[in-house]
Amino acid sequence: MGGDISEVERAISRVYDSPMADSDNSTRILVPAGALGSGVRADELESGLALNPHAIALDAGSTDSGPAYLASGKSKYSRQAVKRDLGLLMAARQKAGVPLLIGSCGTSGCDMALDWTLEIVLELALEQGSTPRIAVLYSEQDKALLKAKAAAGAVRPLAPMGELSGASIDACMHIVALLGPEPYMAAVEQGADIVLGGRTTDTAVLAAVALLRGEHPGAAWHAAKIAECGGLCTVNPTSPGVVMSVDRGGFAIAPLSPANRCTPQTVSTHMLYENSDPFRLVEPGGVLDVTDAQYVAIDERSVRVTGSRWTPGPYTMKLEGAGGGPFQTIMLVGIEDPAVLEDVDGFLARMSHALKRKVERTLGAQAEGADISLRPYGWNAVSGRTPPEGATPPREIGLLFVATAATQALATEIAKICNPMFFHFPVREGKELPSYAFPFSPAEIERGQVFEFHLNHVVEVATPFELMRTRWVNVPSKEGVSADA
Amino acid sequence: MPKLNDVCRYVRSKNAGPFWVTIDLFFDGQDAYQRYSDDPAISAAAIGRLYGVEAQAVRRFKVDTLNVVKISIPRSQPQGGVLERDMHSGQQFVPMLDIVLA
Repeated sequence: MGGDISEVERAISRVYDSPMADSDNSTRILVPAGALGSGVRADELESGLALNPHAIALDAGSTDSGPAYLASGKSKYSRQAVKRDLGLLMAARQKAGVPLLIGSCGTSGCDMALDWTLEIVLELALEQGSTPRIAVLYSEQDKALLKAKAAAGAVRPLAPMGELSGASIDACMHIVALLGPEPYMAAVEQGADIVLGGRTTDTAVLAAVALLRGEHPGAAWHAAKIAECGGLCTVNPTSPGVVMSVDRGGFAIAPLSPANRCTPQTVSTHMLYENSDPFRLVEPGGVLDVTDAQYVAIDERSVRVTGSRWTPGPYTMKLEGAGGGPFQTIMLVGIEDPAVLEDVDGFLARMSHALKRKVERTLGAQAEGADISLRPYGWNAVSGRTPPEGATPPREIGLLFVATAATQALATEIAKICNPMFFHFPVREGKELPSYAFPFSPAEIERGQVFEFHLNHVVEVATPFELMRTRWVNVPSKEGVSADA
Repeated sequence: MPKLNDVCRYVRSKNAGPFWVTIDLFFDGQDAYQRYSDDPAISAAAIGRLYGVEAQAVRRFKVDTLNVVKISIPRSQPQGGVLERDMHSGQQFVPMLDIVLA
């Protein structure tokens, strides 16, 4: 157990007993898009501001697109796309005089990605002539500290992972712990206009202000889960914004665009999306259970939800970690020759054997540990499964060659050795050499490093604040950034 | 005997975090759901055999209000490694379509 439970309760109650819990009968949170940088719409923000919201909140990240973003610390969305969305959101925030909360900044929410986002916010503040008070919530983890936590038994694996080893920690380039809502609540209570969060659960950043204002916790968390992908819970997901209104008994959800609609079906179906369990969601400090939730249409475009339950539990934070693996160089060739296509599997088995033998002969021990993978798109590249006996031959295949090796140079060396044989491999031995269709010159493409996730664990903490740092940043009047706390 | 694809209006799969894939079977109406949602051909054991994972690792949920059976299975490799073929697990539902029901 990570700490004394009463200490957790005291830390949480300090932020929950806030004067912001006023008499307005609901808390309205604008969720302008499923992800910062994906394209916030000015007209939707305008409609949203007319609803007198208490906050604007959204997340900017996820592990959804794979390990590259956490391992490299780079954003999935471009700087220009993020700046465009941030510009609209900061202007709307300023106009409405409400806080703007952004979770999982820069895709991975590691410190480098968070600082990248902060720099854009400061640049925009200068351009817009505004001076928001900015709180930055860091949640990247120190490896030595995590090893000590693991040694003390405070780190548990989640299925299908085993116990945390020092080697998996060392293999990571960045490790983050997923924040709960409390650091956002504390920052808003202390007067933050903009809260930029490191990696955070998708729900926590959206639920924070409703929880701070004392709304029904089950409703706040459930509303946040429904709203976390923006328009995905509506009939028209290309319209990205929604508003969640949370009160003491439940919540309502509606799209920001007057032309779009939420129905009980679109809203309840969203509990299935990207969730392994459609009823229970484990969050920092408790579990959301929607088994008995009721979804009722209020009008043509809004749905009210009641019966969501929140059960407080020990405070744990999920860990995510990713690191760099080997490097890959690829080649793509197109094949339409019917003589090849009548027996794709036999052709590929012979080619694979010949390519590997050639690399071994040319490079010897240097090639140890390297891998060559042939993937025939149009046949079975996606699944890798053997097609059923007697399957109709394809009309053409795109044959992808993937060389994986310890360095980029070696992966490219292997591709270059394989190039002539890959290009001219005969259907049968002793036949004239065919030529297949390369679309590019040079044929070899250096794809870069393979990145890998290494952690799927939770860490127990004494308080929601134990493994995070809050930094307050003021917009500089002329040059340089001043940190005042 | 119908195939699963004949009695569902929509079948999809998606990554649920880097270590899990989740498959949603939207049955075509309440009748189809009631008749087929407990079919042995889509039991945890059968799904485990189809995807090469142990039956006890397969998580299976019935969502009566939506006529949905949800099946979650651990990925054989975490998302994004050297052997990745389907980064978002978006095509992992396909082997389900041809399952023959009783």
